[in-house]
Amino acid sequence: MGAFVRKHAIWAVFALMAALSLSVIAISRGESVNALWIIAAAVSVHLVAYRYYSRYIAEHVMKLNAHRATPAVTQNDGLDFVSTPKSVLFGHHFAAIAGAGPLVGPVLAAQMGYLPGILWILAGVVLAGAVQDFMILFISMRRGGRSLGELIRSEMGTVPGIIALFGAFMIMVIILAVLSLIVVKALVGSPWGTFTVAMTIPIALLMGIYTRFIRPGRIGEVSIIGFVLLMAAIVFGQNVAYSPVLAPLFTLTAEQLCWALIIYGGVASVLPVWLLLAPRDYLSTFLKIGAIIALAIGIVVMAPQMQMPALTKFVDGTGPVWSGSLFPFLFITIACGAVSGFHSLIASGTTPKLIANELDARFIGYGAMLMESFVAVMALVAASIIDPGIYFTMNSPGAIVGQTSESAAAAVTAMGFPIEAATIAQTAKDVGETTIISRAGGAPTLAVGMAEIFSHVFGGKAMMAFWYHFAILFEALFILTAVDAGTRAGRFMLQDLIGTAVPKFRDTSALMPSLVATGLCVAAWGYFLYQGVTDPLGGVNTLWPLFGISNQMLAAVALILGTVVLFKMKRQKYAWVTGLPAAWLIVCTLTAGLLKLFSPDPAVGFVSHANRFSAALASGEILAPAKSLADMEKIIRNDWINASLCVLFIAVVVSILIYGIMAALKALRNPEPTAKETEAVIVAAE
Amino acid sequence: MLSWKDKLSSVGKCLCDSARLMVGVPDYEAYVAHIRKTHPDTEPMTYDAFFRNRQQARYGGGGKDGFRCC
Repeated sequence: MGAFVRKHAIWAVFALMAALSLSVIAISRGESVNALWIIAAAVSVHLVAYRYYSRYIAEHVMKLNAHRATPAVTQNDGLDFVSTPKSVLFGHHFAAIAGAGPLVGPVLAAQMGYLPGILWILAGVVLAGAVQDFMILFISMRRGGRSLGELIRSEMGTVPGIIALFGAFMIMVIILAVLSLIVVKALVGSPWGTFTVAMTIPIALLMGIYTRFIRPGRIGEVSIIGFVLLMAAIVFGQNVAYSPVLAPLFTLTAEQLCWALIIYGGVASVLPVWLLLAPRDYLSTFLKIGAIIALAIGIVVMAPQMQMPALTKFVDGTGPVWSGSLFPFLFITIACGAVSGFHSLIASGTTPKLIANELDARFIGYGAMLMESFVAVMALVAASIIDPGIYFTMNSPGAIVGQTSESAAAAVTAMGFPIEAATIAQTAKDVGETTIISRAGGAPTLAVGMAEIFSHVFGGKAMMAFWYHFAILFEALFILTAVDAGTRAGRFMLQDLIGTAVPKFRDTSALMPSLVATGLCVAAWGYFLYQGVTDPLGGVNTLWPLFGISNQMLAAVALILGTVVLFKMKRQKYAWVTGLPAAWLIVCTLTAGLLKLFSPDPAVGFVSHANRFSAALASGEILAPAKSLADMEKIIRNDWINASLCVLFIAVVVSILIYGIMAALKALRNPEPTAKETEAVIVAAE
Repeated sequence: MLSWKDKLSSVGKCLCDSARLMVGVPDYEAYVAHIRKTHPDTEPMTYDAFFRNRQQARYGGGGKDGFRCC
């Protein structure tokens, strides 16, 4: 009894803490809540879930075996397969899974108030997101560290393997488009931001040459040099912004930025990796980790009050940032941070080849995802501590708020979030920009929130503009890394896919297939980027739900694989662990996908939107926001392409679901376990 | 019992290793030790060569490993 109390007492305290903070958050109405309650709730929920649920999964569902050798032990080569201490590996895995997603989704979701977002992030990560990461890591670790596509192929069959690979490629295209769109939204008409982001290219080239020829392999040294240059670029950016000669050079329109990014993506992805991609990845990785730690410290020191209401009236789906009701669209909007399908590609990538002991998979797989969820919580906090009037000014499309402080103030006040035109103008001035109106996409809003927090802790109001551009740079930096790394990855995926029909295409060193695949890949995401940039409703509106749907669908696919494997291991009584979150994600994504297709509300449904514009076009009428008949045709074409994409995603998830059910039933009929694990090698305890 | 200095330096090593691995460079000494033990007849790569090998593997190979998610 005594031992039992000692063992669980501390966790009971955390559980009480979680219950207390969540009730404070949920009950207080009308008065503002301190952000620390949110942080306390998140941390306690994470800790309790880690202690009990992840342990339950490790001990009962997976039956992790400390004596069963991992691939890092059996195939140790000192390079790809290396037995790595879990404290070292955690950072690697976390850095690989956390990117822009957990920072953007929660900011967009804040239009419904912070409460729905926080509840979904916490429930989602504990029951779905971290389970998925952990499960895929486990499955891959038991199979020599193979990739998701290969795992699906070997456990479920060749056809579902190809379908999943194709799905992953389409998701990559949408991710690249939406990430690039975020950069465009943050940089349009901002000479300061554009200059600093542009400067990352020469800085990275310099670093590349340094690590290749001057002092090879000195990563720490070159990263410090790069960091100093980067900070200098931010400081000098202010002079650029106020220079009559330089400012116009770096003041670009959305379309110019769009083309710049497309050209950049194409060129960067064929340059040698040591020249641009690798050095910038050093900067973006270390800056990302540093900024996340700084943000956590900043929130705790500042202890800001939440300004955004817990719930806004936009839970009914009429919000300006994105359209659609709480169910299912909230669960689509916040993907990363709650559950992110893309992690299944990472958890079946390098990490399973580095795990020293099976038991470590719990800390790495489940733990790192909890950490990402914490980042999402911080992003939600940063978006909710700024004046809601500013939030809606920044995130509403130009078609609603217009171009001037006066029009924006009037429109946002009419939404029920009173704000003065002077406040909008002053905020823009504080962060060193000419305008903050209609900068959807999450990054700029987060940057304003981060600037508030950082300047409170360090530098005061005078430093706000610096911190704002620091935050923009930090996001743009790893988005750009994702753009060229993603274009490369997309190219290889495409070569692999086309290779199933034309085997010659698989040769990744041949020039023609590489160029064709790179071109196709850039054209694919470039198309959606261009569509988003020229969309009068801001693009984020259309692209982010598509990204969310596709990402959650990949998560559903990964969880279906997990469920099938549990059946094949004869552990079907635990199948609910992956089966229930998979079912939830399938329900959400199918509902969202079908609504995106067939909703009679043109703000939500692509088909009804297309029909409305087609009808108008037939009678020669021009509907806002189109300005010409050509615009009308373009809008209709985009609608149909987006609708087809929805159909495609639905088809992918439904077919994988059917293959999954068939595979599970087949495993059930077989009295023997049929999971295709690599043979167990038992090592003596050290 | 470790002295606080040893503890500090082991935390430092852990942070450094972690930072290197984040950008795809595993422990070089462990690699050399591994080669010396299992392939005593082959000479391990120099650090420069090792670094280039890892850089290419992370960013240039299948293209999958260097990709950052959302």
